[in-house]
Amino acid sequence: MDLSNTHLLDEAVVTTKLDAVVTWGREASLWPFVFGTACCAIEFMATAASRYDISRFGAEVLRFSPRHADLLIVAGTVSYKQAPILKQIWDQMPEPKWCVAVGACASTGGFYDNYTTLQGIDEIVPVDVYVAGCPPRPEAILDAVMDIQRQLKREPKFELRNTEFKGKLDDV
Amino acid sequence: MSDNLHLIKSSELLETITKAKNELGFTLLLDITAVDNLYKSHPPFTRFELIYILRHTNFKDIVIYKVAVEDAEIGVESISSLFSSADWAEREIFDQYGIHFKNHKTLKKILNHNEFVGHPLRKDYEITKGQYCTVSQDLMDEMKPLLDERDLDMNKDDLMIVNLGPSHPASHGTIRTLAALDGETIVAAAAEVGYLHRGFEKSCENHNYNQIIPYTDRLNYCSALMNNIAFAKTVEEMLDITVPDRGIFIRIILAELSRVIDHLVCLAAGLLDMGGQTNYWYLFNPRNNAYDFLSKLTGARLTNSYMRIGGMTHDLYDGWQSDLEDVLVKIDFGITESLKMILHNRIYNDRIQNVSPVSAKQAIDYGFTGPNLRASGVAYDLRFSDPYYYYDTFDFNMVVGSVGDTYDRMMVRFEEMNESIKIIKQAIKRMPGGDINVADKRITMPSKECVYGGIEGMMNQFKLVIDGVKVPEGEHYGAFEAANGELGFYIVSDGSGTPYKVKVRPPSFYHMAAYPKIIENYQVADAIMTLGSLNIIAGEMDR
Repeated sequence: MDLSNTHLLDEAVVTTKLDAVVTWGREASLWPFVFGTACCAIEFMATAASRYDISRFGAEVLRFSPRHADLLIVAGTVSYKQAPILKQIWDQMPEPKWCVAVGACASTGGFYDNYTTLQGIDEIVPVDVYVAGCPPRPEAILDAVMDIQRQLKREPKFELRNTEFKGKLDDV
Repeated sequence: MSDNLHLIKSSELLETITKAKNELGFTLLLDITAVDNLYKSHPPFTRFELIYILRHTNFKDIVIYKVAVEDAEIGVESISSLFSSADWAEREIFDQYGIHFKNHKTLKKILNHNEFVGHPLRKDYEITKGQYCTVSQDLMDEMKPLLDERDLDMNKDDLMIVNLGPSHPASHGTIRTLAALDGETIVAAAAEVGYLHRGFEKSCENHNYNQIIPYTDRLNYCSALMNNIAFAKTVEEMLDITVPDRGIFIRIILAELSRVIDHLVCLAAGLLDMGGQTNYWYLFNPRNNAYDFLSKLTGARLTNSYMRIGGMTHDLYDGWQSDLEDVLVKIDFGITESLKMILHNRIYNDRIQNVSPVSAKQAIDYGFTGPNLRASGVAYDLRFSDPYYYYDTFDFNMVVGSVGDTYDRMMVRFEEMNESIKIIKQAIKRMPGGDINVADKRITMPSKECVYGGIEGMMNQFKLVIDGVKVPEGEHYGAFEAANGELGFYIVSDGSGTPYKVKVRPPSFYHMAAYPKIIENYQVADAIMTLGSLNIIAGEMDR
């Protein structure tokens, strides 16, 4: 069909760029996998509940299989014991995928500067958005989701993300 | 040294504990811990000492046995044959201190990962020395003996091994259970914890008493204020001080509100697990109202850090009564609506009645406390048996179950919320005026006017911040009826502003230890409900 003759189809067809369609689809249907370990996971529960309602941002389809998800939300402290599991989950998620570190522990280890706590999940997986707070308020978690939405608009749509990232557990 | 503390020789250990249990009536093993005396200014004869804390059947008296360990490698006799709860407790000491226990069935690491080298709670282990873990263990070393005991074979009996957790929506945090299934039925299970081990006890040894309060928040993060209060209360007992009445009443209100919030989260998540999503909204939303009140009062929703040694940071704000009463109405509405849906609901009742029952005797043996123990029909509540903070002057009831199944564990929590609301309402009416902090310059921070207005106040603040509150030399076990059970702190002080050792007696740790045993012969779907009803909070369990 010749697209220059769209007037023949009246308003049934809209011409646009492929990129724009893909972005539009992705931004309004982020499927999060919640890697909830500690206190932040409780605040994530509040984010998902009706008052804060994460579904207003199209991200309410919480997937508990990483293979269905494209947004990893790490909510809570990740210990060295937990790190290989986090990596396994990240590896199982299909591209393109994004990652949010919720709270001080996931971002930097927080005030658990000790023998058992991973000093930030970015040692293991690439992080796109860090959320401050111990734990952050639900609004802050929503803001992180919106941040991801803004970010994915700016990025090239059909390239692999984070190809240069090398985590501490990647070679072992 | 308090009069309930006894020093015993390691050779007499098994005999003494057996006697305490069988003849003296100390049937509930609360906790076992160790102390590393390496850096003590007057070190005793041996480097390691073990501490055994037991509670009497009257649920009031405790006895503490202190055992000098001559040689950590040789260790002492295990008491896991006497108390099931000793199993994990001894494993933890083996892991954290490297003390061996003779005749222990599965003496292996529990909190730290399998590749970890060293024993982090030894004083010569550097706090920041982390070690990467590359591969998780498969747990078959624990599963094989379990299957052999039951005369089962993976291939012949066509069993399937399934991992529930550590990252699983129904595992409520980071708990891993390896289950051997025959069809849908669990025939054997082993649990692995430690995924949320955050080094609480090591951190305590490196911070002064008031700095530890934020760490206690994150033990049971569903009822953070309660942990604050329990810790502050224990330290105050060591200092031999009592918070003024107004402070105590604020603590009672906040502790009971925290208990309600904790139970709300437990029930909301538990009912969500069995598909009752509407209950989740009804129970979870009033919790948000409670958090609004708490954030108005303390500045934080979840991790409040509102308590201080000797009192709290600041007084209640104007108009707190009406805010709190409003919250109570909303909570009451949520509970009523939720109960309307489940109380006479056959799906709910058939689904969880007679699932994973725990008898009273078993529950004591497992070291259960709190709602889980009361569900089994044991009338143990510290607020009744050893009342602190004027609890004996309040009109409220103890809620006790009968069978100890999943249904009882959930319903006890529903009823306890009503009792807590009763207490809060009475406390609001009885709220006295006056100070909230003890009037002692060595403990309470001076007012800001004093700090900015005079050299004395400034020095006072400086000393309290830098040195901390100095606690007299000694050791003390303080217990508190927290939302999940008996939350105890065993603190050893060397007289400085930093504790020499802090050990938490976490209720969830012992509940979790029993979990693999009580889900046996029930279905996978039942196991999920049982886990929800036990209300395992990983932060408190793994510390």
